[in-house]
Amino acid sequence: MSTPRVLIPDTAAAGEVIQIRTLIDHPMITAVSSDLPRDMLDRFEVTMNGEPLFAYDFYNGSAENPTFTFFARIDAAADFVFVWTHEDGETFTVERSVAIG
Amino acid sequence: MKGATAVVTLSLVTIPAARAETGAGVDASVEGILNGRTPSETGLTLDMPSVADNGAQVPLTITVDSPMTDDDHVTAIHIIATDNPVPEIGTFHLTPRSGKAEVFTRIRAADSQQILVFAELSGGDVLQAAAEVIVSIGGCTT
Repeated sequence: MSTPRVLIPDTAAAGEVIQIRTLIDHPMITAVSSDLPRDMLDRFEVTMNGEPLFAYDFYNGSAENPTFTFFARIDAAADFVFVWTHEDGETFTVERSVAIG
Repeated sequence: MKGATAVVTLSLVTIPAARAETGAGVDASVEGILNGRTPSETGLTLDMPSVADNGAQVPLTITVDSPMTDDDHVTAIHIIATDNPVPEIGTFHLTPRSGKAEVFTRIRAADSQQILVFAELSGGDVLQAAAEVIVSIGGCTT
């Protein structure tokens, strides 16, 4: 597992809707078609200034190395927390901030 | 010759039975999402290639025609595969803070099939869209 990557602008205009892209290296082994032990992420959650922004529940059809593109409306300077949670409870966290500028 | 005939007959019996089983799982998943509601087929777009060389990484973009305000926004988007071993692919959760109801991800498609998406709106309505994908190499290898 490498460090998850988050592509987000450093600054935005007040009221701007920004694009956010994320990628985490993960095999997402379902164990449906192989003898490998199951190794799956369960959920990806993003908060903006502590409020829920975006989330995704992973099921078997989610691809290896899960990637997402989604959006956020920036009304003020914002602190983002991105958390990937494995089915075994382990978490991977990235924090980013967007300033008004 | 007799042996060959027997093999053909067997496969004709086996394939429809397997499909019927898969279909029942999809119906249960869809009923779980709809919860008695009738979906509208407007306002939701599923953009996916009609041919995917690699079923393990099929890109899709889902867009909902929504103002994404506190009073009127998308709360969830579900992706369902009609012919994967497990129908549920994933569920997005959105908020008014999203600003725009557009999401992108990559999914696994075990075989050529129809992909269904459902968007749940804050007012209680549900939207439905579907697209067919032809898969060259199946995506269920792990």
